[in-house]
Amino acid sequence: MTVLEFTAVVWAVSALAGFLGALTGLGGGVVVVPALTLALGVDIKYAIGASLVSVIATSSGAAAAYVREGFSNIRIGMFLEIATTVGAVVGAYLAGLVSTHALAIVFGLVLIHAAYTSLFRHADADDRVASDTLGRLLRLDGSYPEQGTRVDYGVRNVPAGFGIMFGAGALSGLLGIGSGALKVIAMDRAMHIPFKVSTTTSNFMIGVTAAASAGVYLSRGYIDPRVAMPVMLGVLGGALLGTKVLVRARVRTLRAVFGIVILVMAIEMIVNGILGKI
Amino acid sequence: MDDNSLENIIGQLLRAGVLLSAAIVTVGGIAYLVQWHAAAANYHHFAARGAEIRTVSGIVRSAAHLNSEGLMQAGLLLLILTPVARVAMAIVGFALEPDRLYAAVSLIVLVILAFSLIHAT
Repeated sequence: MTVLEFTAVVWAVSALAGFLGALTGLGGGVVVVPALTLALGVDIKYAIGASLVSVIATSSGAAAAYVREGFSNIRIGMFLEIATTVGAVVGAYLAGLVSTHALAIVFGLVLIHAAYTSLFRHADADDRVASDTLGRLLRLDGSYPEQGTRVDYGVRNVPAGFGIMFGAGALSGLLGIGSGALKVIAMDRAMHIPFKVSTTTSNFMIGVTAAASAGVYLSRGYIDPRVAMPVMLGVLGGALLGTKVLVRARVRTLRAVFGIVILVMAIEMIVNGILGKI
Repeated sequence: MDDNSLENIIGQLLRAGVLLSAAIVTVGGIAYLVQWHAAAANYHHFAARGAEIRTVSGIVRSAAHLNSEGLMQAGLLLLILTPVARVAMAIVGFALEPDRLYAAVSLIVLVILAFSLIHAT
């Protein structure tokens, strides 16, 4: 394959990944890494490096939109970023220590979880609670707009949420993904933060988390511009288009198809990892 | 200044940073393709390369010489710095409010980010 062909194919695959990632809310990284490694035979270290920068691009690029909607809570985000950034540095170190086979297997397991959330989207429990002591001390409570009024919410179980966020950061640093799904679990399930606040705050945290592993990735040479250029430009373009058509798309059908595609990639990643082909 | 208007300004700045970085990567990418389009592409096995794409000073030097890979990498480096700038601006925002607790929280996050970036110097 020539450089021109490689760049064009990677750009197209990344644009599709970014587009679908934005439509389904799963993010582009989780698709772009298996697509590059399975379909194009790119070494997973180049793939996670390129994915990491594209994750920063979509998170930072969309920050203005999230703020405008008024759902994201910057105090929650900033406080939990202490956990995700420390986790991300640890994860980035681990990425250099474990074998690529192990990376592929862990990636496959994360994909199975992504497929599950895509196929069986859980309903927002919407159990508005009052903050517990730590939530109050840290002033994490907030409010979000709903039908012209503002709904107040409290925050509980901060240590549990903080712990899960460390894990989310570590996975992000290990695999070059945003790990938005795990961030949402930490906030929405563990800390009782409303689903919409959790998803938008997670999106805003992803870029900062990814930046914390980027320095380590850069120094190791995982971020190679020859691979990262088409991935970053493709994912960013696809994601921008995806957020534009989001309102008109039949998201439910799409999520089901996408979930199955991810499940197939998950199995391939795990099998190839075990057989030592990745 | 309330949280939301400050966040709005920060959001716009981040978007500008991302678009500028994408523009630099595009220019570098076009130059790279013009130069190397017919060469063979093989990324099956990872092999770390030199300082010109792995350290901040190496990238800046390479980009200053208008090397196509250096330009692409400089654009990506700018992209990596947008969330760092975001946290730095949050420190200022919280300090102006004044909210010392969250200015301190943001400062801790900035120190962790700086620790990671020190690897690439």
